[in-house]
Order: sequence, then structure tokens, then C-alpha cells
Amino acid sequence: MTIDLKTVKHISKLSRISIEDEKAKKLEKDLNSIFKWIEQLNQLNTDNVEPLTSIAETTLRLRKDQIISKNIREDILKNSPKDNKDYFVVPKVVE
Amino acid sequence: MTNIIDLTLDELANKIKSKEISSTEVTSAYVDRSKSSKKLNTYVEETFEQALKNANKFDNKPNFEKKLPGIPLAVKDLFCTHNVRTTASSKILENFIPTYESTVTQNLWDAGAILLGKLNCDEFAMGSSNETSYFGNVISPIDNNLVPGGSSGGSASALAAKLTPATIGTDTGGSIRQPASFTGTVGLKPTYGSCSRYGIVAFASSLDQAGPMTRNVKDCALLLEVMSSFDQKDSTSIDFKRPNYSLKLNKNIKGKKIGIPKEYRVDGMPSEIEKLWEKGKEFLKECGAEIVDISLPHTNYALPTYYIVAPAEASSNLARYDGVKYGFRAEGENLIDMYEKTRSQGFGDEVKRRIMIGTYVLSSGYYDAYYLKAQKVRMLIKNDFDEAFKKVDAILTPSTPSSAFKIGDKKDDPVSMYLNDIFTVPVNLAGLPGISIPAGLDKNNYPLGLQIIGKPFDEQGILDIAYSMEEKINFKLKTNDWWIK
Amino acid sequence: MSKDQYLIEKNGNKYEVIIGLEVHAQVLSESKLFSSSATRFGSEPNTQVSLVDAAFPGMLPVINEFCVRQAVKTGIGLNAKINKKSIFDRKNYFYADLPQGYQISQYKDPIVGEGTVVLDLPSGPKTIGIERLHLEQDAGKSIHDIDPSSTLVDLNRSGVALMEIVSKPDLRSPEEVNLYIKKLRSIMRYLGTCDGNMQEGSLRADVNVSVRKVGTDKLGTRCEIKNVNSIKFMQMAIEYEANRQAELLEEGNAVDQETRLFDTKKNQTRSMRSKEDAHDYRYFPDPDLLPLEFDDQFIENIKKEIPELPDQKKNRFIEKFRLTPYEATILVSDLDTSKFFEKVIEKSDVKLSANWITGELFALLNENNLEISESPISPENLSKLINLISDGTISGKIAKTIFEIMSKEDKDPNIIVEEKGLKQESDPKALEDLIQKVLSSNKDKVNEYKSGKDKLFGFFVGQVMKESKGKGNPQMINKILKEKLNG
Repeated sequence: MTIDLKTVKHISKLSRISIEDEKAKKLEKDLNSIFKWIEQLNQLNTDNVEPLTSIAETTLRLRKDQIISKNIREDILKNSPKDNKDYFVVPKVVE
Repeated sequence: MTNIIDLTLDELANKIKSKEISSTEVTSAYVDRSKSSKKLNTYVEETFEQALKNANKFDNKPNFEKKLPGIPLAVKDLFCTHNVRTTASSKILENFIPTYESTVTQNLWDAGAILLGKLNCDEFAMGSSNETSYFGNVISPIDNNLVPGGSSGGSASALAAKLTPATIGTDTGGSIRQPASFTGTVGLKPTYGSCSRYGIVAFASSLDQAGPMTRNVKDCALLLEVMSSFDQKDSTSIDFKRPNYSLKLNKNIKGKKIGIPKEYRVDGMPSEIEKLWEKGKEFLKECGAEIVDISLPHTNYALPTYYIVAPAEASSNLARYDGVKYGFRAEGENLIDMYEKTRSQGFGDEVKRRIMIGTYVLSSGYYDAYYLKAQKVRMLIKNDFDEAFKKVDAILTPSTPSSAFKIGDKKDDPVSMYLNDIFTVPVNLAGLPGISIPAGLDKNNYPLGLQIIGKPFDEQGILDIAYSMEEKINFKLKTNDWWIK
Repeated sequence: MSKDQYLIEKNGNKYEVIIGLEVHAQVLSESKLFSSSATRFGSEPNTQVSLVDAAFPGMLPVINEFCVRQAVKTGIGLNAKINKKSIFDRKNYFYADLPQGYQISQYKDPIVGEGTVVLDLPSGPKTIGIERLHLEQDAGKSIHDIDPSSTLVDLNRSGVALMEIVSKPDLRSPEEVNLYIKKLRSIMRYLGTCDGNMQEGSLRADVNVSVRKVGTDKLGTRCEIKNVNSIKFMQMAIEYEANRQAELLEEGNAVDQETRLFDTKKNQTRSMRSKEDAHDYRYFPDPDLLPLEFDDQFIENIKKEIPELPDQKKNRFIEKFRLTPYEATILVSDLDTSKFFEKVIEKSDVKLSANWITGELFALLNENNLEISESPISPENLSKLINLISDGTISGKIAKTIFEIMSKEDKDPNIIVEEKGLKQESDPKALEDLIQKVLSSNKDKVNEYKSGKDKLFGFFVGQVMKESKGKGNPQMINKILKEKLNG
């Protein structure tokens, strides 16, 4: 499976990382060499194998329905890039 | 009396408890040495003043019941520390100050320890040489311009240079064990679910584990005892009876069966490593253990499997770094533009590369071929170990396929960098405990390590084996303080 | 094909409308699905946000048992298959109100499988298939209209448990959608798993609409109209969208599969700009969680908690109380109505109660735009009023007067009767006197009646009523009049 520049651009859009053409070219090269190496997995027949869904040998623990986290708005907004004591602020979104 | 900085963790604890030395003395010694060691670039955030204050506080009202009474420790900058900057060595978290503490570090402070500072690492724990940090490369105290390994490179370097009596790191594909091997120190990755992941900047959720990095096996056992706990706040944390690893530490390994997997003998492996492995087998036999040849048939597929699963999980775990709630934000014309610029400028190249790999392998049309396939191969790898452990109690392998390399040596070829983890990665994929202990030197006098892999939750077993081997090996880490100013 | 079928007609061609709904219902619980912050509606922004909700580094999800139970309960109420093992997957996308950059949802292995919901159509019951129900996190809120140059984000809602209920494409008209939503809402309110409050956003739906020419089998391309939060808007959106699609087809164009929004100002659907990029959600099992598993006992315990549901209650009302299907349907459709009714009939005649509630009370509530829970007349007092009719103290007509007084002030009707002297006159002697007076003053009319003009009976009744100032007991008056006139 070769990855072309178009794919690199598509993936970068999906991951919300802008990429200049020069870097995109290098990335294309890197990704192709990585994927060529990864493709050895196709040598293995895994038709009757179950995928590993969880490595932790336990079942999902259920928590009691209690409010433990109270109002910590100050902490929540403390590291926010914009100064606003009530909300997170982002550039205008047009739907 | 021995120099304070030469005392082991265990010795420090005892001397503090017997009032032979004070926390302030110990902390001052480490602060002074750390201040003179900036060349190694191991610290991202220094908390020296606060550490000395805390040491003073401890001395005024000591509690000698604690396991790490007044002992200063620096920790990998992947653990969120309350009110202390936590960056994951990334620009995108350059000024992030958590309002909360990770469970593992809280366990340290509850045991009486004092924070010295946050240690440099590969950005978001992605790397095997500590060359991807936003804050610059870490240098190994073993030799100038030598990589310490990664991602816990800052931790390994600081430990080997004696800037901290012990430290903690995280291990996703070998990030504790590989740098331990490169720096002649001890590093342990516990069974998945042993240490809580709450408050640790996540890389690959099904692989990440925090673990101790120490100068010897006894210290390792003690630190693991403190770190490991069941945590309700982590759904993958396992509730099992955790023994007092250091108290139960035992050199008697007579009759233990140690497996030697033939697939770990890779093409082009340096003969020094082969010899080291053979030596290891001899030592084990001398201790009364039995050597058994085993096969882990899917070993060769572990690295490619890892490089699908880990980036996939990482691509999703790192989606939260979007400039909205915290961390670095680049100005953008609209929301999407802001996201793209923030993440492009905030993340380094290796991180971006892995996010792209991860996004691709999960994307529409490729999920079955890559991610699903990798999870199936992972099952096969785990089954290999399950089968092997029916015959043996532990497995002995080299820790790394080579000793440390020079900074910049592997920069241009990502795949050759990835191959560093060839012996460590299968252990994460199978969720098993693994420890690396220093076992010898190569022709350049650079350290080489041996790895012992154990059954799930048998940290005691591998610690005991490591403990008895350590005595036989009698490795002495020598650095000549060449970096001290 | 029934003549009541909802069809779109264009140029003589008839189009059937195929509708599927994805309903998002907020789970009633104290804390959120994977975090322990509060879920209450209407709090100050960002005051019900935990570190986990805001996706801080190192934060991890821990599932709320009660939310799991609520989902299972709802599944049982939908006669659905409960899956004892289900998986949580991450649905990855970027948006300002999605702090993690992914939503924890369920993709291939949901907690509840196929089920059914029965609609009470005028033409008879219609079964709508449920495809599945799964649990997922709700997102926060983006507010665009406070600041002209920025969007503000409130994460209070981020992480609240949602049940996504996906129907099969069995709905065929805006009216069916109305009944479906109401039935779903009613079931969940009976179960206590969702309060169904559409104004507060506890219930919203994505509407999938496609059209096809009547007589064809193949399903048309569907469009999804996202996040419609009132039944009225859903209906308007469906009508607009079905017409739009039919017109496109008539013109020889194809319908593009796309995601649209309902513009509530223009009453139109329009394409969503920001989501032009194909939805590649890159679903994969959430590695911070494990498969959700429970046993038969867990399900059995929940079954025991299930109260009588609308359909069962309806059947019981019909069988036990001999109500008509129509009356029963109305009385059970809303939990509060059925509670009100059951309170009233504790002490009052069932038929009368049914009539008064579905008649006078509903009229009063509708006129004043009130829910039955806001009824100015309490069930206790309505019960007393009905009893006054039953025991003959007042006539039905007088009761209506008292009812009106009660609607302004919820007073005990017995007191009103006393204060206003509204007891009906039932004393036969007194009535006889009145009747005699009327007959005596209308001798010519009496003669006309006796010679065959039966209609005049009503005239006499009216006159007697007037004489009695409206208080005469109508049945008594009839009886005595008959005796007097025919005797």
C-alpha cells in the first residue's frame, strides 16, 4: 500500500495538523518506509484469531451514581489560553 | 562515611530513620549536584527551593514510619504534579500547570518523598533516544554526545549521573527498560494494571505503565512497593494483592525454570550481546535455576504490531491537545485554522508522524487491514507467552540490540530508531512485567542490559531472579563526572 | 394503500416518505456517564465540569452503574434484546464542545439490540421496529450569539449520559413521528429513565428522510437532519425535506446523501457546511475501558423495578374499568395524566372521571397552555366534585359552573356548594310545586303536548329549570313531569 501526497494531505486534515508541502513530501517518504515495514503482518494468517480487546485481566468496574466532583470552575479555566472566568473562548464557528 | 549521593535508596531510608543524616542534608546534596549538571539537560522543571523547604519541614516533624522518609526524587515530566509545571517535553504543554496530582506520584509523596523536579523525556513519550524533546536532547553521563535512551532518557541520565537517588518513568514499548540498559541502571515495567495511569499524560492506553528506575534491584523493589496500587479512578487498574516486594526479596531461585526464546537471537546481533546473554544463562545456572529453550514464534511481528497499535491509540489520546482548554494555542482565522496551526506548531516531528500513522491505520477502509489485524497478531503474541509460561517461570533476553549510540546517529531513519525496542515491545503487547538489569559493558565501555520477563503479576519472581543475578554480575557503574561544572 | 396515507404529490406522481429517527435521550442520573460531576440542567456555565469532562492530561473514564441500569431498563421497556456484553468505542472528531477530541460511544456492540414500539394510530396499532439502543457521552454547548467574534464553550453538558435509540425506517408520516416520539417519551417517563423534556434538551432527534415513488421497493437516498429539538420542528422539517427531495427527483436530479440542519427561522432544511468532509470517525474500542458485562441476574433485578407501562396500563383500563380504547389511550399516554387519573378514581366513578379529565380538564389545560402537572385543580378536589354529581348533590350542569370557579382557585367543591348555595333541588315535593306552577301557567301548551306535540316536553323542562334557578335535579324533573303530563 503506497501512500501518496494526496493521502498525506487528507490524513493531516483528519488529524487537524497543517503541513507545508516540503514537510508533506518528507512525511510521504517516511510513512511509506514505515508502512512497507509494517506490512509484514500480512504474512500472517489471522483468520481464526480473536482480536485482543483488553489486556487488563478484569471486568469493567461500575461506579456508584454519586456527585463527587463539585464546582471547580476556577481550576477548569485556570490554564485556558483566553482570559474568561465563565467560558472557554474559541474563534467563531460557523455551522 | 560514604558520600550521600552514593547511598542507595534503601540505605538513605535507613540512615534517615536512624537520624544519621537529615532530609535537608540529602536534599541539599542532590540539589547542588543537579545544579552543576545542566550540561546533561535532564531537568525540564526544577523545584529545588520548594524541595529544600519540604526537607526542612520533614526534619522538623519527621515521620519515620514512611517508606521513603524525606527522600528527594525527581520524576519524568509525564506525571502530572499539582501546581508544578508538567510539559510531557512538548511545546503544546509548555506552560501547563496541573491542578491535580497523578496517583503514582501521590503515592510517592504519601510515602514521605519530596519532589526535586521534572525530568526531560522524548516528547509525549515517543522516542527511544530522548532526541525528540522540545526542550532539547538529553545527554547520557556515560559519554558525551551519547544518547541515554528513551523515552525516559532524562530519568535514566539523572539516575546514572546521581542527580536523584532513584526516579520513576513510564514504559510503553521499552521506555524504562531500554534507557536503563543504555545507562547501566535498573528499570522495571510492571504488569499492565499494576500502577495507576490516572494523571499520567497518556500515550498508548493499552500499553503505558509507570515503573521504578533505580541503581539496584533492592531499591527497585522498594520503589515499586510504593508506586503500585489499586486505583478506582483508572478503569484498567487491577485489584490484586500486592506483596511488600522489598521485604520478600529473595536470592534463592533454585529450581526456577528460565526460558530462552530462540527468536530473540536476531540477525546481525552484535556478538557482545550474544556473549552477554550466554553469560546471563551461566549465572542463572550457578544460582540453581534451570535453562529451558522455548519458542515465541510471533516475536518478529511484535514491532510492526506495536507501530500500528501505539500510534492508533496515541492519535486519539492526543486529540485533546487542541488549544481550546489548556496549553499552547496559535491564532487562527476560524476554529479549524486554529486547530491546524496549534497542533502543527505545538507538536514535534516524531509526534506528528505517529499521529499521522495512527490516524491512517484507523481510517475508513484501513481499519480491518491494519488496526484489527494488529490486535489479532497481538493476541497471537500474548498466546505465545501464555504457552511458554506453562513450561517456564521467567524468560531471559537481552534488553537492547546494541549499546547506546551517538546523538544524531539514527535521526534520518525512523525505522532504524524503532528497531531499538525489538526486545522490549513484546512485553508491553502482552501486558507482562519486565525488568532490565545492567549486565556488562561493550568494547566502548558502554553498558549493556539483560531483561527478565515474568508471568502476569509475578513482579516478585522477576525481582528475585534479578536480585540473584545482580550479585553474580556485580556490575559497577562508573562515570567520571565529566559534565559537572 | 389507505386513503389516509401521507404522500407527496408532484406533477401527478405520488411519493412515499420513509423516515427513521435517531433519538438522543438524556439519562436521568445524579452524575455523568464516565465522570462524577453533576447533570442538573440550567446551572452557571462550567460549574458542573470535572477534570475528566474537560479532558485534562491523564484523565480517565469510570462508568456509572446507574446509567447502565437505566439503559437496560429502557431496553426492557422497548421489548428489546439486552446484550450482556457490549463494547465502548471512541468516535473521533474535532469540535469546540468535544474536549477529548472523541466521544465515547458504542459502535458495533451496543448494550441493547432490536426491540419494538407500538403506535396507537386512529386506524389501529402500528409496530415500529427499534434497531438498537446504545450509551454515549453528550457534548458540551457552543454558544455563538453572546460574542460576535468568538464562540463560547460551556462544558456542563459534556459527558452527560445519553441513550441513542435508533428506529428502523418504519415511519411514514409527520403524524407517525409525533406519535412515536410521544410514545418513546412516555415509556421513558414511566420508567424514570429520561424526563423527556424537549425544551431543556433532554430529548432530541436526528431525522433521516428519504422518498420513493409509490409502488417501488428500493429505498431512496436519505438525508439526515440533525439535532431537531421539538416535535413541531421535526414535522416541519420532514415536510420540507420530503418536498425538496421529491422535487429534485421530479426534475431528473439525484438526491445527494448529506447532513442537514433545520433552520427554525426560515422553516427550511439546509446543508451543513462544516461537515462536508466525509465523516471518518475512525471508531475503535476505547482502550481506557473494558467490555461491559453483566449477567442474567442483573437484568432480572432491573425487570423487577419496572412499573406498569403505558400499553399494559391501557389494556388494564379497558378490561378492568371498561374504558374505550380511545379514552384509555389518552389517559395512559402521559405518565402524569395516568397518575392524575388513578388518583381521582381512588374515590370516584371511573367513567365520570375519565370524561371529566379528558373533557373539561384537558380543555382547561389546553386553553391555558398548561401541563397536567400544573393543573390548577388538584386530583383530590376533582374527585370530590365528581362524587357530588354521583350522589346527586349537584347536576352535571352545576358541576361545570363549580369547575370554572375551581379553575381560578383550587377550593374544595363542597365548600363552594355551601357558599354559593348550589345544591341541586332534589326534593320531590318542592319540584312538584314548581312543575305544577309551570303547567298551570302554560295550559295551552299542555294541551298542545297532549294532542301530540312531543317536542314541547323540552320547553316544560326548560321552564322548570328556570323556575328552580337552574338548581333543579334534571332527572327528577323529567320523572315528575312525565308523570304529570302523561298521568
